[in-house]
Amino acid sequence: MAKRILIVGGGLAGTIVANGLCRQLREDLSAGSVVINMIGATDKHLYQPGLLYLPFGRARESELFRDQRKVLDRRVPYFIDPAKHIDVDKQVVTTQSGKAHSYDYLVIATGSRIRPDNIPGMTEGAHWFYDLDGARKMRDALAAFQGGRIVVNVNAPHKCPVAPLEIVFMLREHLAAKGLLDKSEITYTYPIGRLHALEPVANWTVPEFQKYGIKSETFFNTKSVDAKAKTITSEEGSTLEYDLLVTIPPHTGQQVILDSNLGAGGWVPTVRNTLLREGSQNVFVVGDTTNIPISKAGSTAHFEADTIIDNISSLIKEDRWAREYDGKVFCFVETGLNSGTYVWFNYTTPPNPGPPSQMIHWFKLAYNRLYWLSARGLL
Amino acid sequence: MSPMSERTKIDARGAYCPGPLMELIAGLKLINVGDEIEVLSSDKGSANDIPEWVKKVHHEMVGITQQDGYWSIVVRKAK
Repeated sequence: MAKRILIVGGGLAGTIVANGLCRQLREDLSAGSVVINMIGATDKHLYQPGLLYLPFGRARESELFRDQRKVLDRRVPYFIDPAKHIDVDKQVVTTQSGKAHSYDYLVIATGSRIRPDNIPGMTEGAHWFYDLDGARKMRDALAAFQGGRIVVNVNAPHKCPVAPLEIVFMLREHLAAKGLLDKSEITYTYPIGRLHALEPVANWTVPEFQKYGIKSETFFNTKSVDAKAKTITSEEGSTLEYDLLVTIPPHTGQQVILDSNLGAGGWVPTVRNTLLREGSQNVFVVGDTTNIPISKAGSTAHFEADTIIDNISSLIKEDRWAREYDGKVFCFVETGLNSGTYVWFNYTTPPNPGPPSQMIHWFKLAYNRLYWLSARGLL
Repeated sequence: MSPMSERTKIDARGAYCPGPLMELIAGLKLINVGDEIEVLSSDKGSANDIPEWVKKVHHEMVGITQQDGYWSIVVRKAK
């Protein structure tokens, strides 16, 4: 009987896993001894990091989407029928339409979602760029902005940990280009006692903020937003006034994880080196969905996916493990509209960002195009 | 730990980003008042910045112990 691999989630992580498995198991797929199915929520694949550029008119919406069917290997049947319940004991996933998918190996790649509604007043009073609708509204708000106080507010947990800094630097250059810098003030708030989770990045940010006159407030965890009074208040007792509030909303995992009792907050407890769900031997977890205490980022998903591809392939073909995930994360950091740097680290190597340059910014722009090769498993 | 409270463990050893304090902040959103979180951190800064933040937001420090190469920091959600 064919080994059945089921991938739940059609984002970057799930798609890389599917395409990579097709490459490594092509003979088994041809022989019919392996079957790979994917369950997803939409027929479109979104390049999420591209949303950062949308509010500034530096990316068009059409550039950010491809048909998921074209990104996914043709040998993988794709069901647009989101998972409703995952039963890891009976090894079956039930979808919203009522269809049941049994599996021998399961890959959970359901990802994360923004939850501005978890903070009183945030939905009404804030803008964000972490989803398409939010990025569109922020684009409109920036177009109408004539100067004033901008607060860039960061909440925990959130994915793409460098995006909050990137948006600050890009906002500043956007204001300068519009001639609004003299009439504007940017204040950045962060949940912990420094400007970024990564200490070297935080240390690098301090003089950059000083150079550009960007204000900051650390130990700021949002308690509420008053959309009418245009104020934001922290759990630590501070209140800031704003004319434009740009927030990085808190994230949770997906509802199906909660409904299946697979993890608090929608994050699945996952063994950090094997990427197996804790207590399972045939359930892998990839990308934002894990509860592993590392960055929720596209590169994390990519490197985790590569490990899972190798291990599932090896288990099926040779009945052994191939290798462990070392915690590798790589992030480009846009330091303006024309410069960038990067940072990488793993479980044992601390990060050490280099000086920004225009060339690294160009690499990032190139990657914005190369992403589609990455999702197809070719890069 | 009080008889009725539950304790969740966050193993943030070797976690450079988002780091132990950010993991604690996120974790506190998922537990009930009175329950506890034990954070394991290999970052010596955690022994200072976690108590500092806990004091600011009026949660409760239960204890800090230095183990072999890491710190165990226990916090009780107070509100």
